[in-house]
Amino acid sequence: MLAFTIRRLSQSVVVLFVMSVIVFAGVFAIGNPVDILINPEADIAEQEETMRRLGLDKPIWVQYGAFMSNALQGDLGNSFVHNVPALEIIATRLPATLELAFLAVGFAIILGVPLGMVAGLKEDSWIGKTIMTGSILGFSLPTFWVGLIFIMLFSVSLGWLPASGRGETVDVLGVPVSFLTWDGLSHLLLPALNLALFKISLVIRLARSGTKEVLLQDYIKFARAKGLSNYRIIGVHVLKNILIPVITVLGLELGNVIAFAVVTETVFAWPGIGKLLIDSIANLDRPVVVAYLLMTVTMFILINFVVDILYSILDPRVRLGGAN
Amino acid sequence: MGIRKLGLAASALAFALALPAATQASKLTMGMDSEPSSIDPHYHNLGPNNALRRHMFESLVDQDEKQNLGPLLAVSWKPTGETTWEFKLREGVKFHDGSAFTARDVVYSACRIPNVPNSPSNFTSFTKAISGFEISNDHTLIVHTSVPTPLLPTYFANWGVISSAAGGVTGEIKYDKENCGIANFPNSVDFNNGKAAIGTGPFKFKEFVKGDRLVLDQNAGYWGEKTEWDSVVMKPITNAAARMAALLAGDVDFVAAPPTQDLERLQSNPKFDVAQGLSNRVIYLHMDQFGPSSNGVKGTGSPAAKYEGEGPCASKECEKNPFLDKRVRQALSKAINREAIVSKIMGGVAVAAGELLPQGFFGTNPGATPEAYDPEGAKKLLAEAGYPNGFELVLGTPNDRYINDAKVAQVIAQMFTRIGVKTSVNAMTKSVFFKTRNKYEFSIYLAGWGAGTGEMSNPLRALVGTRSKETGLGGTNRGRYSNLDLDKKILTALSTVDDAKRELILKAASKMAMDDYSILPLHYEVTSWAHKKGLSYKARADQYTLATGVSSTK
Repeated sequence: MLAFTIRRLSQSVVVLFVMSVIVFAGVFAIGNPVDILINPEADIAEQEETMRRLGLDKPIWVQYGAFMSNALQGDLGNSFVHNVPALEIIATRLPATLELAFLAVGFAIILGVPLGMVAGLKEDSWIGKTIMTGSILGFSLPTFWVGLIFIMLFSVSLGWLPASGRGETVDVLGVPVSFLTWDGLSHLLLPALNLALFKISLVIRLARSGTKEVLLQDYIKFARAKGLSNYRIIGVHVLKNILIPVITVLGLELGNVIAFAVVTETVFAWPGIGKLLIDSIANLDRPVVVAYLLMTVTMFILINFVVDILYSILDPRVRLGGAN
Repeated sequence: MGIRKLGLAASALAFALALPAATQASKLTMGMDSEPSSIDPHYHNLGPNNALRRHMFESLVDQDEKQNLGPLLAVSWKPTGETTWEFKLREGVKFHDGSAFTARDVVYSACRIPNVPNSPSNFTSFTKAISGFEISNDHTLIVHTSVPTPLLPTYFANWGVISSAAGGVTGEIKYDKENCGIANFPNSVDFNNGKAAIGTGPFKFKEFVKGDRLVLDQNAGYWGEKTEWDSVVMKPITNAAARMAALLAGDVDFVAAPPTQDLERLQSNPKFDVAQGLSNRVIYLHMDQFGPSSNGVKGTGSPAAKYEGEGPCASKECEKNPFLDKRVRQALSKAINREAIVSKIMGGVAVAAGELLPQGFFGTNPGATPEAYDPEGAKKLLAEAGYPNGFELVLGTPNDRYINDAKVAQVIAQMFTRIGVKTSVNAMTKSVFFKTRNKYEFSIYLAGWGAGTGEMSNPLRALVGTRSKETGLGGTNRGRYSNLDLDKKILTALSTVDDAKRELILKAASKMAMDDYSILPLHYEVTSWAHKKGLSYKARADQYTLATGVSSTK
């Protein structure tokens, strides 16, 4: 276990370093932030002065060196646009996205697993077929379009839910959350559902194929022969055994939802980090983009790590490497 | 008991009915197309920030919706010599914290402008001409400039005044170009959290949650006409479709920049209305007029001389640059059917351009009409210039910066192809476009220019003056057009304090630039705003979205 952790950590450091080089060079290659941020009326002398002020007149390796030496001390630089530390901007926007992501994954589990199991158990009935057809829609309809349709239907035509923004928030331990007020919850519902649609379909498919496979296993036959109730067989023996692929995929998907909820956040003007990323790329706000992607990589590494540990708990046959 | 309660309720009801409508809390929610990067009025000299600044931090001079100058914190001003101006300041004005506004605050603000750390675009262009201030009394300010600066009142309309007392400075302020001997100015973060956000404007800072909302409250102690909104909420909804949906769903009362294709539907909807106004933004084509060869041109033959200077042709073989010949530039201008672009592509939400500023602005020539569409004449000119079979061209354009930018470029490419200049379009996102343009990789490109000062010296200086660090001309002249006679005219205008004389010089300079086809103006953008019925908006030429311009029609 310890050897496994150490090996994982040293791999992660290498990944983070490579990532920072790629992103730094990538954003540098797109363009010069000053071209976008400066008032076009500035004359040549003012343009050069601004480049100097932001340190953009130096060659890229010098800029990268300065970034690296600061980063090792925990400072990922100030946003060119907002003039506050990049990590601070991300931290203030993160709760909104986390809230959205957890609710979306929650929807995926609560709706996806039972629906998938029903589809697996009653494969040939109309109900199983309806669920599977529905999941195809969830897969294939673009998030952007579905989001707009949700808004047109629930906000514009029916007027039930607001179309954009985050609504009222309540501070819990200094973190603003919106799921505790009715106004906040009503703002949260549509974007979370929009984000969850793809995940629900994914979980339905995983749960269905898992259920079909598990039902044929000997231990299910044995359980039936023993005379266990159908309820217990499905609720315990089947459910527990289909969860491994579901957890693997949802773990990775959670990372995806947190890091790249860009489309949903844009359509619903949700003030999370996905919208921050897209705005920062448009403005070539390099410190924010680099800090963001480094944070994302760290998050994926952590999630993978947690998923590996969850495996060993769920399936005793799995042994983590290095423990032999 | 029950009866008493009933009586109370009845009297409360009567009281409520008797109250005039004005005392009800009125709230305006606006969907904005962009978000300011900071509340700090001196941090970022760019549209969204400058528009927001006007709500909270007033300037000495006002620019109305047509960009005409008017009194604001200064009641009057006049030049008292070639390089001296006297500003009479308004009396009885109070900052949001209750302290009185005096000439010292103006000097203090000018001192802070060069001292905003990490500013991505600062306001020194508006203060660098100032060589000194003299405070005659609390409400009379003498400004000395290093050179004659006729645009000083316009410059003074472009930066907001902050309170010196709130900044902790109470002693005498001796102006210099560095920091006036003041060690600590409030930093941008203190503006964003409201601590330092103290101005004299009709609105006070309430709350700023980046990416979500910006809330302003009415300033009850405002010196001028109070706004009718007790509270204004500005929500950044950068996606145009989402912004429209928010308006239709009733989440917001007002949106900036509705998509052009939705305007007709909004106008025919009884619940909504559209406000429109001609802007100061001209969309133009700039042509590479620098070296003997040009990148992206094919079929013109080998250049007469070797390319020297900055640009892609310095390191690779390029073909001859056709744009050095005025007849070619004129031919391209004649090939463009500007009226068709305005009516078919822009949906009528534009006006064909014959100069760099719309008619009526200071320094424009009355009757300067757009170039007439004349493809036959264009072909003739091309043949005279030695290109009877035309040549090949790549037209660069951004696709997310101006209204319908890439669509307009595509139509122009077809119009050029019709006269024999086979043109393909290279459209890209704005960050990549500006980088490519600034490396001189386009031989012709489409872009836009909004004249912040609202008069002719501004576009001439930036777009067609010869690029030079010394004169300050040509900041955005990436076609590198150069005409020393024109430069002389622009520089003379920039130092002529007499308005009538300056206007004549600017008219002549504008005519000169147009007659030489230095740049090809296409059209002026018409800006749109959409709102619920029952509201109205004073459309602004500078395209700013201001809560102070929104009023209810009831």
